[in-house]
Amino acid sequence: MRTIRGHVAVAGVGETTYYKHGQAPESEVKLALRAILAACEDAGLDPRQVDGFASYSNDRNDPSRLAAALGLPELRFSNMQWGGGGGGGSAAVGNAAAAVAAGYADCVVVFRALAQGQFQRFGAAPPAATASGEAALTFPYGLISPAQRFAMRVMRYMHDHGIRPEAQRAIALASYHHAQANPRAVMHGRPLTAEAYDDSRWIVEPFRLFDCCMENDGAAALVLVSAERARDLRHPPAYLLGVAQGSEYRNAARGHNAPTYASSSFTTVAPHLYAMAGVGPKDVHVVQSYENFTGGVLMSLVEHDFFAAEEANEFLTLDNLIAPTGRLPLNTSGGNLAECYMHGLELQIEAVRQLRGQSTSQVPGAQVAMVISGPMVTPVSSMILGSQDTL
Amino acid sequence: MSAATSYLPAGLPRPVPETDGLDAPYWDGTRRGELCVQRCGGCGGWQWGPEWLCHRCLGFDLQWVAVAPHGRIYSWERAWHPVHPALRGRGPYIVVLVELPHAGGIRMVGNLLGDPQQEVTIGAPVEAVFEPHDEAVPPFTLVQWRKSA
Repeated sequence: MRTIRGHVAVAGVGETTYYKHGQAPESEVKLALRAILAACEDAGLDPRQVDGFASYSNDRNDPSRLAAALGLPELRFSNMQWGGGGGGGSAAVGNAAAAVAAGYADCVVVFRALAQGQFQRFGAAPPAATASGEAALTFPYGLISPAQRFAMRVMRYMHDHGIRPEAQRAIALASYHHAQANPRAVMHGRPLTAEAYDDSRWIVEPFRLFDCCMENDGAAALVLVSAERARDLRHPPAYLLGVAQGSEYRNAARGHNAPTYASSSFTTVAPHLYAMAGVGPKDVHVVQSYENFTGGVLMSLVEHDFFAAEEANEFLTLDNLIAPTGRLPLNTSGGNLAECYMHGLELQIEAVRQLRGQSTSQVPGAQVAMVISGPMVTPVSSMILGSQDTL
Repeated sequence: MSAATSYLPAGLPRPVPETDGLDAPYWDGTRRGELCVQRCGGCGGWQWGPEWLCHRCLGFDLQWVAVAPHGRIYSWERAWHPVHPALRGRGPYIVVLVELPHAGGIRMVGNLLGDPQQEVTIGAPVEAVFEPHDEAVPPFTLVQWRKSA
């Protein structure tokens, strides 16, 4: 089987200060450069050794400009994952790893920079007066924002499987719980109680305020090199065991006509991920699962086989989801809900920190860490990292 | 039938047909009070949203046919947070996804007319209500839904 397993590793991770939306004191591209330099410093690599970049969701900071700004001797790989917004996070890592494995480049940075305060917000309608194509079928009916776009998928899923609101609530509470231990988290010092969740306003049923991700300013980056090279660097390598991207049959059929509608889009992706990684759900010690909306996390965890949909009410409790003792510690940095909406790339960083034993909510002895990127979009992606012992 | 007024306030993005003409027959149909969707002339398969190619038989012979304007609620949401300036002060509204079992199970997005706080039941029967916007440039008609017996 052709596989990336064990060939490439994350050698360095870095991020800027994470800011509330619109509060970054620096321009978006400057944030990107800071995160890239931080990741190189973390790896113990001279930034001039970077020779490639990969990103997703049409990041505005193009690799040629970054290479010029950083004074790179040469640029050998420049890659954008097509479509899917935050669903491209793990795919971007996979694309970068493929470039390293194939010999296109030797040291590839995966990055995402986002200062929505300086540009259009994701959560507000774009200022256009007209809508055409897919948007013509939805925008005039007030179905515009990402929360509105995905609420009906989750509503149908909860209906089909008898899932109660408390299941979504547990996911939100877990992220906020972990953020209280993480000084980087935007919601550090802002704990969330079950009562406050229940009292929070509806954004769009079935999502309350705390079911929805934040919008933030900041940047994050990871440095990928070959497994051999990673072993000579500063930290124990976080080896890529597997990555998969895509979506199931006709997921993008317009006007909400995906045949598998009540889905996080991972029904075909997750089996590929496990097959490549050579592990199963019971082998995964910690999961970082992209919260655009808590219901998407719920479906992602089912589709990655951690429990059946009919078990969601029972499985999704705060106790089960928190480090160090939960059955499935989830979003241990606080994730998109409470650490930072770094378009999910903070989740890859947290997975690496778990394998190094550096998390602020460490899972003891974590050897296998999963990241699930951007549920309910297409394409989505997910990845599994492992320690040296898993090879 | 037609609606006397619009369900949502004026000022939301106006639908315009795509420049390549793909969905123009749909929008033209709504102006006549018809719900037109694609059906393949080769294999008879239904298709929605519109595409140039039949996803079943890969033929380009897609026809536009008017279907009976009723269905059943496949999913729904009640939106509260105003994401567009035109929605500020509007209060909640309901979006429904309506399945058309007599047209291959294709689905249509619209609003559910009536009390925005009403109870909504997945599987409940609904019928289309055409909502013309004759003053818009260009004029258009939305397809809304209301509960039926």
